[in-house]
Amino acid sequence: MAIVSTRCKACTVNPLKMSQPIGGAFAFMGLRGAMPVLHGSQGCTSFGLTLFVRHFKEPVPLQTTAMSEVTTVLGGYENIEQAILNIHNRTKAEIIGICSTGVTETNGDDIDGTIKLIRKKHPQLATFPLVHVSTPDFKDAFQDGWEKAVARMVEVLVSAPTIEAERDPARVNVLPGCHLTPADLDEVRTILEDFGLKPSFLPDLAGSLDGHIPKEFTSTAIGGIGIEEIASMGQSGWTIAIGAQMRRAAEAMQTRTGVPFRLFERLCGLIPSDEFIAFLSEISGRPVPPKYRRQRGQLADAMLDAHFHIGGRKLAIGAEPDLLFDLSSMLHDMGAQVTAAVTTTPSPVLERIRTDEVLIGDLEDLEERARRQNCDLLITHSHGRQAAARLKIPFHRAGFPMFDRVGAGHQLSVGYRGTRDLIFQIANLLIADREENHQPCPNSWRTSTPPLKSGRSYTDATESSIA
Amino acid sequence: MSSLSARILDVFNEPGCAKNADKSEADRKKGCTKQPKPGSAAGGCAFDGAKIALQPFTDVAHLVHGPIACEGNSWDNRGAVSSGASIWRTGFTTDMNETDIVFGGEKRLYKAIREILEKYNPAAIFVYQTCIPAMIGDDINAVCKAASRKLGKPVIPVNSPGFVGSKNLGNKLAGQALLDHVIGTEEPDYTTPCDINLIGEYNLSGELWQVKPLLDELGIRILSCISGDGKYREVASSHRARAAMLVCSKSMINVARKMQERYGIPFFEGSFYGIQDSSDALRNIARVLVARGAPEDLIGRTEVVIAREEARAWAAIGSYRCRLAGKRALLITGGVKSWSVLAALQEAGLELVGTSVKKSTKDDKERIKQRMGQDAHMIDDMAPRDIYKMLKGAKADIMLSGGKSQFVALKAAMPWLDINQERSHAYMGYLGIVKLVEEIDKALFNPMWEQLRRPAPWDGIAKDGHLNAMVLAQADGQGAETPALLEVSRRAKRVCLCNTVDRGTIEDAIRLHGLTSVDSVRQHTNAFGGCCRSRIQDILKVMSVSQPPAMQQAAE
Repeated sequence: MAIVSTRCKACTVNPLKMSQPIGGAFAFMGLRGAMPVLHGSQGCTSFGLTLFVRHFKEPVPLQTTAMSEVTTVLGGYENIEQAILNIHNRTKAEIIGICSTGVTETNGDDIDGTIKLIRKKHPQLATFPLVHVSTPDFKDAFQDGWEKAVARMVEVLVSAPTIEAERDPARVNVLPGCHLTPADLDEVRTILEDFGLKPSFLPDLAGSLDGHIPKEFTSTAIGGIGIEEIASMGQSGWTIAIGAQMRRAAEAMQTRTGVPFRLFERLCGLIPSDEFIAFLSEISGRPVPPKYRRQRGQLADAMLDAHFHIGGRKLAIGAEPDLLFDLSSMLHDMGAQVTAAVTTTPSPVLERIRTDEVLIGDLEDLEERARRQNCDLLITHSHGRQAAARLKIPFHRAGFPMFDRVGAGHQLSVGYRGTRDLIFQIANLLIADREENHQPCPNSWRTSTPPLKSGRSYTDATESSIA
Repeated sequence: MSSLSARILDVFNEPGCAKNADKSEADRKKGCTKQPKPGSAAGGCAFDGAKIALQPFTDVAHLVHGPIACEGNSWDNRGAVSSGASIWRTGFTTDMNETDIVFGGEKRLYKAIREILEKYNPAAIFVYQTCIPAMIGDDINAVCKAASRKLGKPVIPVNSPGFVGSKNLGNKLAGQALLDHVIGTEEPDYTTPCDINLIGEYNLSGELWQVKPLLDELGIRILSCISGDGKYREVASSHRARAAMLVCSKSMINVARKMQERYGIPFFEGSFYGIQDSSDALRNIARVLVARGAPEDLIGRTEVVIAREEARAWAAIGSYRCRLAGKRALLITGGVKSWSVLAALQEAGLELVGTSVKKSTKDDKERIKQRMGQDAHMIDDMAPRDIYKMLKGAKADIMLSGGKSQFVALKAAMPWLDINQERSHAYMGYLGIVKLVEEIDKALFNPMWEQLRRPAPWDGIAKDGHLNAMVLAQADGQGAETPALLEVSRRAKRVCLCNTVDRGTIEDAIRLHGLTSVDSVRQHTNAFGGCCRSRIQDILKVMSVSQPPAMQQAAE
């Protein structure tokens, strides 16, 4: 339905996109005892680390091979070797994930070859789990890094089942996209367990970045899925992939182990949740627990209560493809108009977003469109705060990073309950905005929309005054 | 135009840097690039350092020439504040893609510069070089020169790709870019005999504005602040200042020293952290300006202001001193600030149990020794795990550090205060120190700590009087959670090996149901009571001696 376009400009202004390697590293953080490493210069890691720490307000494992000018020219073999040895010796990591960066992709380091040589040279590393993902900065985006990293984990860490290995029909693999928060994962886990299913999440950020207080201080990931559990994922009865980005990993799982998969592109909203619950009821052979019957009723009621406020509103949304698809579809189903939609990277779901055009662009584009179309609500990650202030419209933070508010890891938006809460949140934002900024006054009766939007005309909207 | 490596060598050859002056000739040639260790390195790159140093120039567009990682992952993440323009908070990047890497990114860079000027018309554009265009050989100096000429606005190349070194080197390379391309290119509208430059002050959380009113009152004009709340025109004409203050940071020492060489602007190093340092700084400014021709009475007027402000600040701190006296603080920060913050803390009556000196010079360390005494606990480079151990060992009550090490303290349920760039409060000048003390007080006496240090109910139902005392002691800030851990391991001990029942379960059952015999314990727990019979009897004996918990609590 939507036309996907890219804007032809040389300068990206106020980036929406983040780089691929940190998306890859992010996936490794959901593995127990993991230490993700970016093969690049120190700054590549430092920026990513700061971003994660500010988002989760948690210590985050992320290391670097600390490439210098000289090693960039001569090749990074020794840096990778030293980094692996250092991490292996100092942190007792259980797995090391190596993501390449623009620097090392440009000079053409052969990381897979290097890993083979290192294993040969250091026998203690012969079977140590080392997973390499190729994630150049100059291609693709955060979500793609996650997608590739999880697919690689499946290829490298899941063992192909032997003939005598038994399938456990109650075991279910869950491959969540990077747009799900730890709270979302926990909600999915609870739902699955209520159907008597035993889920294995790959990766499991809920175990590692949910904000717990560990007994000991370690520098690797605490919590998360263990290596043995990943290895045995081939024994599960089903794989559930959440978000179109996870198709790749789910297919890899099927090819490797024969476990069939079902892809849920959305988990936010009434119909997607219905489909999800129905599927679980089917594979578990159990009726839907009364709890979810009640929750469905609550969501339906929430929709009734909130549609007065959300219906007809013009939304500007900037997010990575899967989150954009999920949120915009849910809000469209609540009667909102998705007026401006900007994303970071191509994806098959973009064409199905309920809007005229989806732009692969930046926050400048989103702001410009939101201004031109007089949007009522801005939804994007925390970097949208400047744009929202200039546009003087309410701002709902969604996606990564969310560094200027607390509780990012506990934002819930999946299932009946998550959708219900999200709908309330957004409706309340709109109600508060109307109370604060759009009270009727004696002079406003003639204009149907309150005269608070910026008075700029279409032509000078492009020369948006940020300065 | 010298090559990048020649410039780096030049930057390293810094006679104004005490650490450098101490080195042998051979060491000096090597520069101060301590090679970071792969796999255990922390901290930013040279690009990061350059951007940090220059981004607070508020009317300048900061354009990052590189792939999305360099700007996309880091933009708008600093706490500097502007009094006017906001263009500096806009993220600009060329977001180089595969094609640019194959065919070169110079054309895209030029177009990007043109787009920014057309759309936003900033006072100037700073173009930052990053690793990848440096590798493929994009000549940003040439592009910037051509763009300046054609488009008629200053376009300044900042040649500091990430892989050349550390953040600190980046600060210096940024300073070098200012010296090469900006400073001395414009003239101020007018000058006064009381014009000063502040170098290396970034106006984080608006802290410059806690000092500026005092300078205004004295008739001292900040001709240029490099770079907090700075304007392009101000720094371009900063060579007309009478004196300069290097604000408590070695990051831009090359700028201060070279401006002294080129334009004869004397500089001194000072800090506005803490009462004593603030007063010293004001005195020094007055002294240097008078020596350069400012009216003599400036010194007297400065003393009056100092006396007034000190009295106010002491009075404000006085009310906290009694609460904070004897509380022990651990200071983990980027070295340079350690002695100045240290003085501030001591003024508030806090006792310093340790301070990091990772980035400090010999001079800094001497000053720390002076303030803390000979047995000063100076910490060099430290892994987080070691800091965690140290927190327990040193028995500190509060840790002050940068954001990256916050969790070491917080996860140990230890009060923590951010004193680096991400902090949300301004701590400079006489007002700032009062604010800092207020924040420490708030952190230390938050009733939350007591609750957090309590064990969870399932760990604590059976806690006897002994443990209760421990918990209370912890609430006073004695030691971390070691007793709780001991208790946990004591309770986790297996009593019944056959059915794996631990001591805690049995104790809880005895306490809850008032059990007295092995058989009743068997009924209420899974314990088998065979080979573990004698162990259960022992527990029963011990527990019958101690008072019932209700009475115990009432007694307290």
